[in-house]
Amino acid sequence: MKLIWALIRRDLTLATRQGGGAGTAIGFFVTVIVLLPLGLGPDQALLQRIAPGALWIALLLSVLLSAERIFQADYEDGSLDAMALGVVPLELVVLAKAMAHWLTTSLPLAVVAPLFGFLINLDPQDILPLWLAMMLGSIFLSLLAALGAAITVALRRGGLLVSLLILPFYVPCLIFGVAASRASELVQPSLLILTALVLASFVLVPVAAAAALRAYLK
Amino acid sequence: MLASAGRGEGIALPHASRWVKRGPMVQLHADSLACQRGGRTVFTDVNFTLSSGQLLELRGPNGAGKSSLLRLIAGLGEAISGQITLAGGNGDLSIGQQAHYAAHQEAIKAPLTVAENLKFWGDFLGGGDMAAALAAFDLGALADYPAALLSAGQKRRLSLARLALVPRLLWLLDEPTVGLDANSLDRLTRLLRGHLSGGGLAVVATHAPLDLTADATLVLGTAR
Amino acid sequence: MQKFANPARFLKLAETLLPPIWGVTILAFAAGLYMSLVTAPPDYQQGETVRIMFVHVPAAWMALMVYTSMAAASIMAAIFRHPLADMAAKAAAPIGAMFCLLALITGSLWGKPMWGAWWVWDARLTSVFVLLLLYLGYMAVWQAIEDPHRAALIARIVAIAGFINVPIVKFSVDWWNSLHQGASVFRMGGPTIDARMLWPLLIMALAYTLLFVGLLLVAMRSEIAQRKLRQLRLAGIEGR
Repeated sequence: MKLIWALIRRDLTLATRQGGGAGTAIGFFVTVIVLLPLGLGPDQALLQRIAPGALWIALLLSVLLSAERIFQADYEDGSLDAMALGVVPLELVVLAKAMAHWLTTSLPLAVVAPLFGFLINLDPQDILPLWLAMMLGSIFLSLLAALGAAITVALRRGGLLVSLLILPFYVPCLIFGVAASRASELVQPSLLILTALVLASFVLVPVAAAAALRAYLK
Repeated sequence: MLASAGRGEGIALPHASRWVKRGPMVQLHADSLACQRGGRTVFTDVNFTLSSGQLLELRGPNGAGKSSLLRLIAGLGEAISGQITLAGGNGDLSIGQQAHYAAHQEAIKAPLTVAENLKFWGDFLGGGDMAAALAAFDLGALADYPAALLSAGQKRRLSLARLALVPRLLWLLDEPTVGLDANSLDRLTRLLRGHLSGGGLAVVATHAPLDLTADATLVLGTAR
Repeated sequence: MQKFANPARFLKLAETLLPPIWGVTILAFAAGLYMSLVTAPPDYQQGETVRIMFVHVPAAWMALMVYTSMAAASIMAAIFRHPLADMAAKAAAPIGAMFCLLALITGSLWGKPMWGAWWVWDARLTSVFVLLLLYLGYMAVWQAIEDPHRAALIARIVAIAGFINVPIVKFSVDWWNSLHQGASVFRMGGPTIDARMLWPLLIMALAYTLLFVGLLLVAMRSEIAQRKLRQLRLAGIEGR
């Protein structure tokens, strides 16, 4: 556990020193939100209706944008080689890197996202459930982003491929996330299913991503 | 104490005696290894046995498979046939988990300081001796500078300092001398000597001969 | 060279199997199309347009079936390391994608008279669309990774992960559709299907399956040829 923490702490330090992680992602997020009314028209009622879904889609895209980098630097500079020779299984390395990505990118996004809801007339009633669902769902998003990053770690233009590979996996998260973001009677079951998705990805993603990384190290 | 170690004698690593204490001989044994990369056969029928305190030097032209062999020993590659075993090591760990693998990729994070880089690897690999690592390549004065500012040679030294940071039985070094000045080369030689005299094993691929007598030399890429 | 023992046997097998497979495929298509276009009765609600079903439904079945067999081949490849299993999965992907596309296009053609729109976000259509994306992602992985051995390892992971994703997507899209309840509900000729409609449907499904097997064998044959070519080229540059 201490060893894992060392890795998470290193990634957090790197993120704060290099900057760009959360900042760029939030900038991208806001841009998507600003573009929406420009494309759809300023109708307040329409915007209110689509607000939770729009915020979720912007969240997915922003997380995807930052996904590519999760393992790339460590692969290129040989850190991943050395990590593969550590006593920590690669599966836990994946989990630690995904958690670091969550802490530095997805969580900050999820925290500020509902605040930008005012730009598209988000129903104040929806803020709290949206917040809760996004905090939870963002864990899933980071884990899947790590899987996409692992699958494309050595590819020159992996970014686009990550999107193609991972967006189909984001479909369930989007559906239940949006459903859980509305203050209606359906909140309970969809939030539970969202939790189930997070738990399942906690187990499956590290296994799959570690297998992918091993294939690239070979 | 470490810095004052004279030429010719090995740097006494604080942990070096461990391998000896483990008792009987440790043996790294390769049995008719064959390796393919991208469908291309890199080498076939590689055999060697390396015992505690021995150094195996790998030689051969570019593409002969020196790097591939080192990665294969570390478990970072897959042999298409043959076996590699480590007898007398820690049975609970894989060969790779008992090895240091150092290649041209330096595994250094530019935004972190020299000390932070070492601290991370020490923590991650299970407790490191920071003082020994800094001393081994005379990095003490650089400890608090970000690695981004280091020259190529200094980065090599930082990368190789991992060898002294965490004790590991088997060292797999791929062209470790590249970019090192005479002084650092001497330090590397002494570090290696200390490792070997403590009962460790080393496999080194190099073009430039080290000031060390190899116990065996394996020339790859000639028997074609 | 040991590795080629298997492909060699496979090539021989494909050689003998292909002619009869093509023969039966043509017969099955002829019979299936005749029955579905001529002898099957028009639906009492949908009229003649129901005949698209005989092309559409088996295509959708095949799209799912091919993906399942891809995932199965990938699991086999991971466990038994059979060199042909990866090739089979790779060769199956574009064929499955074609079935998927066919299902989407015929579904869209069918949707126009039924729903009055080319595309409706019906739960089934949406899931098949996501399935198409999974196919495309899988194919893109093979394309993006140069080394075939590495590509095979990565493609396995993608195929198996996608296979886990399919039922989850289906479930979530069903849920989503019940939430929105916008589109008219897709019903296939009522709960019981007339035998005169069921038979052509099954024969068409058989024809599609045979077509898949035939195309798969051809695609695998060309894949083996490509690998051999690569080997020969590598041998050519060796030691130069």
